[in-house]
Amino acid sequence: MSSDAKKVLTGPIVDNNPIALQVLGICSALAVTSSMANALVMTLAVVFVTAFSNLFISIIRNHIPSSVRIIVQMAIIASLVIVVDQVLKAFSYQLSKELAVFVGLIITNCIVMGRAEAFAMKEKPVVSFLDGIGNGLGYGAILMTVAFFRELFGFGTLFNIEILPLVQNGGWYQANGLLVLPFSSFFVIGLIIWAIRQWKPEQVEKD
Amino acid sequence: MSSKKETFGGTVGFVLAVCVVCALLVSFSAVQLKPLQQANKLLDQQTKILEASGLLEKAGKDIVKTYNEFVVARLVDLDSGEFVEGDVINFDERRNARDKALSIKPENDLAGINRRSNTSVVYLVKNEAGSIDTVVFPIVGSGLWDLMYGYVGLEADLNTVKSVIYSDHKETPGLGAEVLNPRWKALWPGKKIYNDAGEVKARLVKGGAKANDIHGVDALSGATLTSNGVTHTLQFWFGKEGFKTFIANYRAEGVK
Repeated sequence: MSSDAKKVLTGPIVDNNPIALQVLGICSALAVTSSMANALVMTLAVVFVTAFSNLFISIIRNHIPSSVRIIVQMAIIASLVIVVDQVLKAFSYQLSKELAVFVGLIITNCIVMGRAEAFAMKEKPVVSFLDGIGNGLGYGAILMTVAFFRELFGFGTLFNIEILPLVQNGGWYQANGLLVLPFSSFFVIGLIIWAIRQWKPEQVEKD
Repeated sequence: MSSKKETFGGTVGFVLAVCVVCALLVSFSAVQLKPLQQANKLLDQQTKILEASGLLEKAGKDIVKTYNEFVVARLVDLDSGEFVEGDVINFDERRNARDKALSIKPENDLAGINRRSNTSVVYLVKNEAGSIDTVVFPIVGSGLWDLMYGYVGLEADLNTVKSVIYSDHKETPGLGAEVLNPRWKALWPGKKIYNDAGEVKARLVKGGAKANDIHGVDALSGATLTSNGVTHTLQFWFGKEGFKTFIANYRAEGVK
């Protein structure tokens, strides 16, 4: 059991990563990865939402009428996202201002729905909860990696601490403006997927 | 999925139950966290106003105390340029602008705001001696993507700029968002809004302002539309449909 639980929790980080292997949740990965701080808060928010939506859906899985199951899942996920949004506004106003619209968009993050439908509807609550945390962390791992490259080379900073002094601030580093724009995440995510599949060739799809 | 046989009534009942539980959760968190959220919003606004008046460093952690000690918010009727009584705490320019009774459509909508509230808040900032040495004006105008909100602090002559601080914007990071760059903000102090003839001359100069230009500040490189937005916003809000009447009224005698 404990090794199973561990597998559920850590599997999604590399072996079954929601972004790199399942290619879910790309949209928000583009939007919030321009800075490490934003990516971290987004990660925590998604971990919270996937974990608890999986938990609650799993608890009531035997009672959910299958004809309306998606709507029930959405109602639960949407409620959790609103709670996260409210908490952010109350405790981290600056970040909530920057993340405003993206927090709301966790509702449409395919990872949350995907795990609810594919895992929590079949499995027991505790293991579903762990699966939610694992997938949230897997999402977060990619997010943080992308944000690391984008913030370092796009702004010359990490967590807003200056690493590469910018030309406009009297330093030597000319910021890469491309990495500041959302679509540059495609390149970074593409490279990460390539790197993971070099490392673990079994992830490569057969033709 | 469901082990039980589905019935219409059972399904409706289940969905209703889920809705009630979710609604309770959401409303509970919204109501419980409201005071904290409002305090945060107010704190953010007060921080920006103190920054615009140059008091932020002195305030340190004591934002609210410093604000209450030195800043007085007053409502101004923009057409007559006189102070009026009113609720300054809950004043919201954009909310008034949606109300036809409280706003007008500007003849020359330079700032791209569509409608303008008839009144505006101005923040009178006192110095240690108790006399007003800075007036902070809220401004709003279109940038590249969306409206940009900010504050302009003027010295007691109501012409010399102390600061231009943007508080809320959606400009491109690294380009338009450089309005928040401390180096750009540091270009503003000492610039004049008006020339001797009373025309609004403060503007952003593409390619860099000349050293002896008392009205111009370097435009943001790579962000022409944001820079134009800033220029137009200043021209609008310090023009005759903005604070110009108020400034003309109070420039001679000084704001009290």
